[in-house]
Amino acid sequence: MSLTQQAIAPGILVSAARRSPRDRRRDPEWLWAIAFALPYAAVFLALVLYPIGYGLWLGSEPALYVELFGSPIYLTAVANTLIYVCISVNLKMALAFVLSGFFMRRRWWIKALLVIFILPWATPSLPAFMSIHWMLNGHWGLINSALLALFDIDGPIWLIDRWLGMGANIAATIWKQLPFWTVIFLAGRMAIPQELFEAAEVDGAGRWHRFRHITFPLMANLYIVSTLLSTIWTLGEFNAVNFVSGGGPSMSTEVLATIGVRYAFTLARPPLGVAAVLSSLPLLIPVVALLIYRLRKSSVQL
Amino acid sequence: MSVTTASSRRIRSKGHYRLQNYAVEAACIALGFVIFVWSLTPIYNMWLIALNDHGAIFSGALYPEAPTFKAFRVVIHQDFWYLARFWHQFGNSFIVGLSVTFLTLLIGSLASFTIGRMRLRQGWLLTNAALMTYVIPASFLAIPMYRIMGIYNLSNHLSSVILALTTFATPYAIFIFSQYGKSIPMELDESARIDGATPLQVYFRIYLPLMAPALVAVGTYALLLAWNEYLYNFLLLSTPQSMTVAVALAQFLNSDESPWHLMMATAIIYSIPPIVLYYGFRRYMAAGLTMGGVKG
Repeated sequence: MSLTQQAIAPGILVSAARRSPRDRRRDPEWLWAIAFALPYAAVFLALVLYPIGYGLWLGSEPALYVELFGSPIYLTAVANTLIYVCISVNLKMALAFVLSGFFMRRRWWIKALLVIFILPWATPSLPAFMSIHWMLNGHWGLINSALLALFDIDGPIWLIDRWLGMGANIAATIWKQLPFWTVIFLAGRMAIPQELFEAAEVDGAGRWHRFRHITFPLMANLYIVSTLLSTIWTLGEFNAVNFVSGGGPSMSTEVLATIGVRYAFTLARPPLGVAAVLSSLPLLIPVVALLIYRLRKSSVQL
Repeated sequence: MSVTTASSRRIRSKGHYRLQNYAVEAACIALGFVIFVWSLTPIYNMWLIALNDHGAIFSGALYPEAPTFKAFRVVIHQDFWYLARFWHQFGNSFIVGLSVTFLTLLIGSLASFTIGRMRLRQGWLLTNAALMTYVIPASFLAIPMYRIMGIYNLSNHLSSVILALTTFATPYAIFIFSQYGKSIPMELDESARIDGATPLQVYFRIYLPLMAPALVAVGTYALLLAWNEYLYNFLLLSTPQSMTVAVALAQFLNSDESPWHLMMATAIIYSIPPIVLYYGFRRYMAAGLTMGGVKG
């Protein structure tokens, strides 16, 4: 490039820069951006907003809610949802947190165990829950056979009791989801710089103090965000309840996620099903709001 | 005198430490044993039933007394009326899985390219739309989605499930891509644009190749999601022609007289692809997940 060209160039560049945003660059740029965003916008409008609007319209009849609140089956399902979500989420998160500490230990057999431990998560939920359902069969299920053979105990017929059924649903949910959250917490623990622990050790901090003043504060935010997210997912969990207890005996272990489908497709009353699902919004919305607030405030990304 | 007490104390404390170490080690092994049994029992139970003959399931034995692969042979040869179209349904599951993966990657990467690279002023709208979809449990949208697929005239057509599952997989894709895209310098785009490349060329020649690890992570996620999903498959696909394996498997529960060993053999065959995929791409999946790790 010669000197003269360089001398002329700034003038051209200036005029190009002045003109380009409006007629040369910006408009095509803007059109491209629209074109790129279009597929997701279409999916969102046609397959998220439309169903939501449709659902709100279906479930807008107040008489539906009067009917729901007069139905003991529905009220049982609400209570079950609260119990199921509270116990399984909190127990699972606490266990995942403890186990992530266990899997931080450097032993070859612990590394090998992690590979096995992840298997429940890698197994599709349908076969896994079918197998758990079958294990709990009172006559020839594996659990009762094992109880009889090992401890000479005659096990109960698990799934004809409401509370044993609820317990089975909770245990199955934890079994399936525990590995995922353990791996998340394990990644969180590994992201803590090792120097912090070394420095604390030099200063004479014991195991407990290192946990209390380093691990705990650095993991707190991840723990809270994970708990909120897991609450949302567990609230919508259909497979565990549908395949382990099947909602039985006589619909006493149903939760809102399964009873909505039951109303809509077994009783062929979609509006009632939608109303049952919508009635969980007072539970869902605060959790979502808190989650979004937490995500905005912190640097935790999921 | 003082020297000996000090050394004896040291010895005692050493012994104390060793004792404590043994205790910790023993506790670890006990916990490891519990984890081992807890994780494997339901999976062992699947094999136990599948390897038994029909009658032997009801014997209550803790291990298969006369293990046989007969059940697997029946499934593979489609020798039972619930399984008459097993391989066709297996193919359906593959079509659904691969289509959901492709669409999720395409739509997700296009959207995150707009959000992260094109400085569209309304980009936050897309991010919020994705976040909103992400926090709605899929089962809560099942009823209206079922109705709407009827309105779109897609009932009993694989594309209904493909579209529904793509909807639920894309938000995660947008988050991961946006996050990962921040590590690709904008200067690359700018210099290509100065050389006259269109945004489409930048997307294909620069953005996609550099996003490869994130594409693999999200692709695996989408494939597993589609393969493992049950509720939407069940609601939207009810003819033997359109069914996927998940729906066919659940059909066994319709009767009390079902051959459970065949059901479990089907379940095991159905579980193999996701498990192989999962362990094969574990490294990439972990990379995707650690984006969920703490950052300080």
